[in-house]
This record gives sequence, structure tokens and C-alpha cells, in this order.
Amino acid sequence: MSVNYLFPGIIAFYLIGAASAVIFNKKDAICAYTSFTSAAIAALLGIIFSISVIFGDTFSFDLSTGSYLKFGFFIDRLSAFFILVISISVFAVSIYSIGFVREYFGKKNIGYLGFLYNIFIISMILVASADNAVMFLIVWELMSVVSYFLVVYEHEKPETRKAGFIYIVMTHIGTGFIMMSFLIFVGTSGSFSFGTFAEAGKTMTPLLKDLAFIFALIGFGTKAGIVPLHIWLPYAHPEAPSNVSALMSGVMIKIAIFMLIRVFFEFLGASQAWWGYVVLVLGTLSAILGILYAVVESDIKRMLAFSSIENIGIILIGIGASMIFFASGKTVLASIAAIAALYHLLNHSIFKGLLFMGAGSILYSTHTKNIEELGGLIKKMPKSAILILIGVLSIAALPPFSGFMSEWLTFQSLLLGFNLNESFPMIILSISAAILALTGALAAYCFLKFFGIGFLALPRSKHAEHAKEANTPMLIGMGIFATLSILLGILPFYVLPVLERIATSFTGNLDSFTFGNFATFSIPSGAISSEIISLSTPVILAIIVIFMLILSMILFLNNRKKQPVYETWGCGQPVSTSRNEYTATAFSKPVQVWFKNLYRPARETEATYSTSPFLKESFKFESNIEQVIEQYLYEPVVDFVLTRSRKLLIIRTGSIHTYLSYIFGVLVILFMYVIAGGSS
Amino acid sequence: MIPALLSVILQIFIILALSPLLSGIIKKIKAFFQIRQGPSIFQPYYDIAKLLKKDSVISQNVSWIFHAAPIISFAAVMTAGLLIPIYITQLPLGFAGDLIAVVYLFALARFFTALASLDAGSSFGGMGGSREMFVAAMVEPALMLSIFAVALNVGSTNLSYISQTLSGMGLDALSPYQILAFVALFIIAIAETGRIPVDNPSTHLELTMIHEAMILEYSGKQLAIVELGAMVKQLLVYSLLANIFFPWGIASAESGIAALAIALVVYIIKIVIIGLTMAVVETSNAKWRLFRLPDLLSISLMFSFLALVSFIIVKGG
Repeated sequence: MSVNYLFPGIIAFYLIGAASAVIFNKKDAICAYTSFTSAAIAALLGIIFSISVIFGDTFSFDLSTGSYLKFGFFIDRLSAFFILVISISVFAVSIYSIGFVREYFGKKNIGYLGFLYNIFIISMILVASADNAVMFLIVWELMSVVSYFLVVYEHEKPETRKAGFIYIVMTHIGTGFIMMSFLIFVGTSGSFSFGTFAEAGKTMTPLLKDLAFIFALIGFGTKAGIVPLHIWLPYAHPEAPSNVSALMSGVMIKIAIFMLIRVFFEFLGASQAWWGYVVLVLGTLSAILGILYAVVESDIKRMLAFSSIENIGIILIGIGASMIFFASGKTVLASIAAIAALYHLLNHSIFKGLLFMGAGSILYSTHTKNIEELGGLIKKMPKSAILILIGVLSIAALPPFSGFMSEWLTFQSLLLGFNLNESFPMIILSISAAILALTGALAAYCFLKFFGIGFLALPRSKHAEHAKEANTPMLIGMGIFATLSILLGILPFYVLPVLERIATSFTGNLDSFTFGNFATFSIPSGAISSEIISLSTPVILAIIVIFMLILSMILFLNNRKKQPVYETWGCGQPVSTSRNEYTATAFSKPVQVWFKNLYRPARETEATYSTSPFLKESFKFESNIEQVIEQYLYEPVVDFVLTRSRKLLIIRTGSIHTYLSYIFGVLVILFMYVIAGGSS
Repeated sequence: MIPALLSVILQIFIILALSPLLSGIIKKIKAFFQIRQGPSIFQPYYDIAKLLKKDSVISQNVSWIFHAAPIISFAAVMTAGLLIPIYITQLPLGFAGDLIAVVYLFALARFFTALASLDAGSSFGGMGGSREMFVAAMVEPALMLSIFAVALNVGSTNLSYISQTLSGMGLDALSPYQILAFVALFIIAIAETGRIPVDNPSTHLELTMIHEAMILEYSGKQLAIVELGAMVKQLLVYSLLANIFFPWGIASAESGIAALAIALVVYIIKIVIIGLTMAVVETSNAKWRLFRLPDLLSISLMFSFLALVSFIIVKGG
């Protein structure tokens, strides 16, 4: 079967999924099976299709009618890579969804969810494959609106409606900037086709180039969730149903990264080094601020959303470094940094998808997102616990899991900055690496809290006590991602050549990674002046496993008697209950104290006393932190706009005659303008 | 020239044999400064041998994490041990990971120890785990900058290569940036090995503990493994300091048996000197409040940053 038939096939299966969701609207179970199975089949086709494009030829498909309306699909290696990322995620998430939506049976309309879910995925694939600015904006808008409807799926909750509102406002501000950026290109090239944008990028004046860069960065940056444009993300992602959150955090925000690469490298030629510095600094800022807010968060889904901001930051650090290298003509270095970014992007889509599905499973069986009410889940949901632990180890960048591989590569590419032989980039790249190291350590802190408080020790509430294991489709969905998280960590020699084909398609270098015995890979020798820098995660894993086996043999062969079991030590206090356990808030308190200038924590305590002032009867403690960017950047702007628009109320009289006279007045002015020859 | 497998086994053996000894020596030196007799330098061996004979008492609240954590942590630390040059720069498994991998392997060990600290449901455990991760987070930026300073100087993050190049440079290796980076890494080593002023290894009060609070629930054989793991980690951190900053005397691939023996002796002298310095620092300081630690670690951050900047200035970037 030719590749050319696969692409319509993918779209067709998603459409079948959407249609069946509508048809079986009344029968929840059938609806869930048909719409999500069909999405999973489409995703499988998508995986085959995108791999064949990565290793084969560019795919294009023209649907133009006449000379005016030109549109079609254009899928090169870069688009194919993103379709691959989308398809892998969709495959696992769709299987998971079959089980997950059982939660909504009889309560919510499954057909509505299934329909939107499939349309959402189609819109993302079309965004990645559009060859024309107009078509792109239409499908981009489709993606935004459909994802808005998915965010407000549980619209009976007021906080969900608020989240949806913030999301739809921010995303449209972003679309506005994207439009401006595209119009700059169209103004030079005279055509809406993306193919002509690269030519236009070469002939544009530097000022126009800079403007196109800034507008694209703001526009796509809003979707990606770059600080300070991220404020919608921690509201919208947690409120969506968890399977949709997994796709939004795992895939949708990556589509913005895809377009950033397209615009910066292919349209604008990444010619200015300062663009790279801007991207690097914003990436570093997103990484550290994202994780700082994630650490102190006690809503698990909101914590994951903040962590998505962090990971987008890490990806942008790689892309920024790549742009800096590219602008100084070091294409080998540029492609290594780009590979690091793409690797992290792929890894993040998988472990974040896994963790959001895990959060969904927790929500499914405990009905709470508040980590303070969890605990002891490792005994209630042992299989989910192991899968989530794998996700946690990956996101904490611990060897030999996937996050480690991509962070290691990111560090190496920052270190390679010394080949530029200039002080400024060396210092900037090193500071970025130091902050990235802090980010990594805080991510470990954050997810240790997530797993340690959520899954270990005793249940902290009735919800957690009555938790049950997630159902089979959910476990399969998470299992696929957990397996991939391990494989991406220990099989870099299969992943890197693929990523290299993609990265070199926009950085254009020919040197490649070298692979040695024992699954070692080394940084291309053209990139470094002296020695080998090599890594072999399979060997690391093998050594760890060998040591573990030897140790457990020593421990367990020695153990003849049954191990005595006793209560936890509580300083001689009577039996420990869940009330003695350390809380999540307390666990992350050191970070809150350390960064108190950022969090500006406000605390309120209230105690009532019985008889003596030394005997507390009840005690209430409340602690809040500020969202600095929201409060000091957005609120003044919102206030300004609201007060000005309130002043404009005087022209709204409520009388239809006044409104008609407005229309008349505008028409008169327009006619005068035309008569005066104002438009040419 | 010794065969690879023998070299690996020898390295494991040396690490396991020397780490309790190092702890014993440090304790003895501390006792000397405190005008005490102090236990024998072989006491850590006796302790571990005794613990290995005892049964573990397990909390009723724990899950499999509690049982697996000491094993995973120990394995991670030992794996790091095979990537760090001890007395010879030729490491049969050195290709598998570099300095950054070593840092992350230590992080893996710490992660599981901290995870286990939450498993028993005691508030002391959580306190220890939280503080340990806090200190680790503070250490990390300075650590990465120091690694950068060293790696830029040599041109690689591969540890064997770093030691070999620097020992080949003779006294030229003592450049200003190396010295600044050493000071930074020395402060980090205090934090990583849980010594005063960051943590007090011999404290008996649960509320002031960091590392000890995390492992409060362990007993018997499991405690033996946890304790030995901590000692091995201490030895490895000192070895990093010794072989990155004072690599002279380390044997290379071509050395004969006699040279290897000399290298081993030189290595022991080096780590004992570092241990002595640690003991002096520990005796002459009091433990700091937890929330004053960011000050200490920003000093380390400043030193590592200065190391980097001076490298750029000296090498005329």
C-alpha cells in the first residue's frame, strides 16, 4: 500500500471515530469502544505513515481549486516527526480512554466527548501538515476551539468555566500574533503558501524579520505555555478530563514548538544570534518558574500542568542553544542541541501523558485531586503505582530512564557552547545549565512528593482508603507509555538516528553520532575539540541490575526467619495513624521558605483555647502563595482594559435610534474616504 | 596492564574495603580534636558485621518500596563507583557514563532513600526526606557550574580522561579556576556526605536529623546496607575531589603492578587528607540552621561561577 493512501486513511478513521460517537450517542459503552478504538487504529496508521515519511520522501497533496483558493498538505520530516509524536500519544491515550470514560457513564454525554476527541486529533494533524497560512489558521483555530470545548467538558463546575474562559482569551491573543507574523511574510512573498515564506524570509528587511520573529514567538509561545504567556495552562490542563489533559500537555503544546522550529529555522533562517538568546532565556525562565510552582502545588493535575511549563522550558533551552550555534555557523553543534530538544520533546510527550493518565486513574478511583487526601495507594492500586513510578523516575531525569537521556544531551549541548570561543555565549549557556540543574533537582523533589505522599504510607482520607485498581484498558494505556519511557532511556541508538534525520532537515549538517560497542554513543567528533564524551544507558542499567541481584541474594538468602513486623517509631507515642504523617505542604515547605520572595506566602492561623491558653481546642491554618506573573503583569492590564471599556459605556444608550445613527455615521465616513480616493 | 574483569572486581573490592575504614579514620580524627579516645578505626566494620547478623524489624505500614530502596540505592552508588577513577585512570566501564551520569546516579540513590523515608508514615522520615531533597536542590546549580568549569578546562566530562589529562599536566593543573572549582566542590562535598555544618552524622535528636531521619525505620541487614551505601558514597565523593583536583600519582593503563600498588597508597593518603580536612571543618563548626544553608551553598555557587569566569578570562574566550 502506498503512503499516499495512508494519509487519507488516517483522517478517515478519525472521522469514523467522530461519526460513531455521534451515532451511538445514546449507548455509552458502545460509543466509548467504537470512537476510541477507531482513534487507536488511526493512530497506528499514523505511526506507520510518519515513519515512512521520515525515512522516505516528503509527502504532499494538493487540493487547490482554481488559481485563487490554494490549499493542500505538505508533510516533510519535521511534520512527520510531530505526527509521529501525536500518533504515539493518541494510541496509548485512546486505549486508556476506553476505560477512563466509564467514570462518566450515565453522568455525562460520552458521544460528545468522543466526537470532540477525534476532531481535536484531526485538527492537530492538520496543523502539522498544512502547507498554507490560511488553511493553517483555520485548522489552528479549530484546534483551539475544540480543545476549549474539551476543557469545559465538566462545565457544571464554576472553576472549569473560569479555566475555559482564560484559555480561550489567551489562545486568541496568541492567534492574533500568529496572524500578524504570517501577514509580514505574506506582505513580502505575496502568497499565502508556506513554500514561499522561506524565500520571503531571505529578502525581508532586518526590522521585518525581527518583528516576524517576535510575533511568532508570542503567538506560538502562548500555545506552548512559555513564561510569561503560560497563565492559561495551569488552569486549563487540570480542568479537562484526564485523557484530554494527557493529549493537551503531551501533544498540543508541542505543536506550538513545531511551528516555532518551522518559523525560526525554515522561514527566518535563524540568522540572528540574539533570537537564540531570547529563546534560551525564556526557556530557562519557564523551566525554573514552572517547576517552582509545581513543587509547592498540592493539586496533582495542576502540579503536572506546571511541570509541563518546566519541560517546555527545557525543550526551548535546546532550541535556543541550537539557534545560537546555527547563527554562528556551527551546524554540527546546532543539530546536537536540536536533537536534544526533540528527544526531550518526545520523552515529555510520553512521560507526561503517562503521569496525566496516572492522575486520571487516581481521580477515577479516589475522586480527589488533592494530594493531601491521598496516601497508601501503592497497596490499593499496585499496578498503577508501578507504572506511575516509572513515569516519576523518567520525569525526575534519573538514569537509566528516558528523561535522563534527554537532559544529559541538553547539558552536553550547552557545554559544547565553549566551541564558540566567545565569552558571552559561554557565560549565558553555563548559567542556563546551572538553572537547568536546579530545575532537575526540584523536579525530583516535586515528583518525590507526588509519589511519596500520594502512594506511600497510610491513606489520609476515606477517598484513598476505598481506592480500587484502575481497569484493564487504563492499565494497558499507561503500560504502553511506561514501556516506552524505559525503552527511550535505554535504546538511544535506535532513537538518535531517527532524530538526526529530523534535526538535520532544518540544521543541515552531515556529521552524525557514532555508536560503539556495548551500546555506547559518542558526541560527533566534529563537534568537540579533543576527547570522547560517551554514554551507555543500557550498560548502566545492566550494572545496576547486577548489583541489585547480588544484594538481594545476600539479603534474602540470609533471611531464615520471618521478618518481625512492628509499629513505626513515633518517639514513644502511641500507635501512628495517618494524622502523624508528613503532609505534602510540609514536604515542600523548605522550598517555599527558600524562595519566599517569589511565592510571597500569606499565612493565617486561628486557634481557639479551652480553659487555659496552653490548651488548644481547635487550630486552623491557611497558607496561600501568590502567582506573581498573574498578579503583577496581567491584573494591571486587565484592570486597565476594564476601566477604559467601562468609560465607553456612555455611547451605549440602549436606544435603537442611536445605534442606527452610529451605523449611518460610519457609512458616511467610509463613503467620504472612498470618494477622496483613500484606498488604492 | 590488568584484564578488564579483574580490574572491575578489584575496584569494587577496594571501594567496599576502604569506605568503612575512611569513616573510622574520620571518627578517630574527630575524637582526637575533641580530646577523646574515640572508637577504633575498624569500628565501622564491626558495626556492619553485627548489623548483618541481625534481623530487620519492619514497620507495619510499609510497601515494597521500603524493601527495594536500600538495594536500589546501594546498586546506584556502586554503579557510580565503577565510573569514577579510584587509583587507576583506566576504567573498563568508564565509557558507560561521565561526570554528569555520576551526579545523576547519586540522585537516583538519594531519590529511593528519600522515597523509603515516606513509606513508614512517620513524620520524622518525611522531615528527613524533605530536607535531603532540599539540600540536594541547593547543591545542584553549584555542582553543575563546577562540572562545567572542570570539563571546559579539560574538554570532556569523561572522568578517566579528566584525571589522565590533569595528571599529565603536572603542576600546571593547579590553575586559578581549578582551585576555585575545588573550593566550590569541597562545600558541595560537605553537603553531599551529610557533614557539619549541613547535617550532623552523629546526632541523636530526630528533629535535627537529615540523613539519619530518613533511615530511622531501618534496622538489621537493611540498615547495614544503607550505612555501607552512605560510606561508599562518602568515599566516592572524596575520590572525585582527589582525582579531579589532585590527580597526581594516579596509575594509568600502562602501569605495572608495582606502580599500581604505589598509586593505591597515594590514593589512600589523598582521601585521608581530605577526610582530615573534613574532620577539622566538622570540629571547628557548629551545625547551621536549615534555612541558613542557602547562604552556605550560595558561597559555593559563587566560587563555581568565579571558576567559570576566570577560566573564560584566562583562556581568553
